[in-house]
Amino acid sequence: MPYPKRFDGRKFDETRPIVAKVGIIARADGSAMFQIGKTTAYAAVYGPRTLHPKWMQNPKTGVLRCEYNMLPFSGHGERVRPGGGRRAREIGMVTENALLPVLDLREYPNAVVDVYIDLPQTDAGTRCAGICAASMALADAGFEMTDMVAAVAVGNVQGSIVADLTYEEEQNKTETEGVADTPVAFMPNSGKLTLLQMDGHNTRADLKRALEMGREVCKKIVAIQKAALRAKYKGE
Amino acid sequence: MIMSDEKQHVLKYLAKGIRYDGRKPLDYREVSIAYGVSRSAEGSALVKIGKTEVMAGVKISIEKPYPDTPDKGNLMVNAELRPMASPLFESGPPSDQGIELARVVDRGVRESESIDVHDLVIKAGELVWSVSVDLVAINDDGNLFDACSLAALAALKDAKMPGKTENNKADYDNRTNDKLPLKHEPLEITMFKIGNTVLVDPSPEEELNFDARLTVACREDGSLCALQKGGAGELTIEEIDHMIGIALEKSAWLRKKLAR
Repeated sequence: MPYPKRFDGRKFDETRPIVAKVGIIARADGSAMFQIGKTTAYAAVYGPRTLHPKWMQNPKTGVLRCEYNMLPFSGHGERVRPGGGRRAREIGMVTENALLPVLDLREYPNAVVDVYIDLPQTDAGTRCAGICAASMALADAGFEMTDMVAAVAVGNVQGSIVADLTYEEEQNKTETEGVADTPVAFMPNSGKLTLLQMDGHNTRADLKRALEMGREVCKKIVAIQKAALRAKYKGE
Repeated sequence: MIMSDEKQHVLKYLAKGIRYDGRKPLDYREVSIAYGVSRSAEGSALVKIGKTEVMAGVKISIEKPYPDTPDKGNLMVNAELRPMASPLFESGPPSDQGIELARVVDRGVRESESIDVHDLVIKAGELVWSVSVDLVAINDDGNLFDACSLAALAALKDAKMPGKTENNKADYDNRTNDKLPLKHEPLEITMFKIGNTVLVDPSPEEELNFDARLTVACREDGSLCALQKGGAGELTIEEIDHMIGIALEKSAWLRKKLAR
């Protein structure tokens, strides 16, 4: 059973509408909002600041610490219990790994750079939206970065390769054909990948096509991220 | 008593009748309310007081009533000081400050009987609506008490009941147009005493250097439904009465901002 046309009428490689803003949290050292369709992520950066507890400090380099958090009212159905769980911990970790390749924190020994990602409303693609927001927030905080990072979920919905899956598409599996949900993050200049996860069933050939689509989509997202950064710093 | 430089500074300005940012003691900053800011929530609102921002979301589900209150639905209010909002907030279990904030706002909403929990019963002893209001600080530039209380009320007013499936589960895909049965509209105003000055809508510097504060929850009819004194400083009966007068005046003013 193919998936010839997407539920919301988008092209296969088309994302939902994106809104990006930089400098949305006045108290933070850097901040950004990234909205893709009905998924909204805020990211706030604090630091570099002294890392506690002390045993976690690294005298050779600063540490990047990312926290991913769905707000209690942000889920599709029931309330999300606050406090985070194993899923949130894992996403925080893969987010750190997605962002670290563009940063050099050796100038900040024993320090931490905290990135807090909070989501007020969600419709799939939350970790990718969080990474997009975090990347802008780090740039806003003034860190030297070798590249931006953009992220998007690509996937195989009943044989069709699509970008930026919605919750409805993620759920659209049949007995014979699954949905391969594959969040990816890319550094657009080098074309290298900094996040890769997958849930579901996929073939080698389809995965390759999906990753290539992800790379192209991420380039377009980076253009939006950069425009948002320029909008804030225009004239400075 | 040894006084911090910052406190001396705050006091020096207040003695002249002005504050760091040029406001007079009883001046509130600009207030704005946006409704429907999270489509995942049954009701939501974003409140801004100056640069302070608080988001509130209401989630409504169907649950079994507690065994000791079979004829009452559930209403709970929670507040979280997310570390995104301030360099002073940390991840992990809530701080004393966070717990006090959540409980004070919760009491304002519940003690006012804003929602009669008997109205949330679907079938006594078996099924009731359960209403959760979650408040999240997004940027803390002072006065989270008032901001949270205003956001909670705004989100409750914005909420639409979810549908109900045949087997009595909440149907989030088919929200109804029914509003929550709101009977009263509580709002909290917090007065801060620093030295001999009483002020409202504090800045972060003022919140770190106050002597006593009083949060007053007022209903739309001018009655009071909850009080909370904070800080180690003492207050006289006259001072408390004076503060309540300010609260009634400011809450009436703030209430007008709720109009859509």
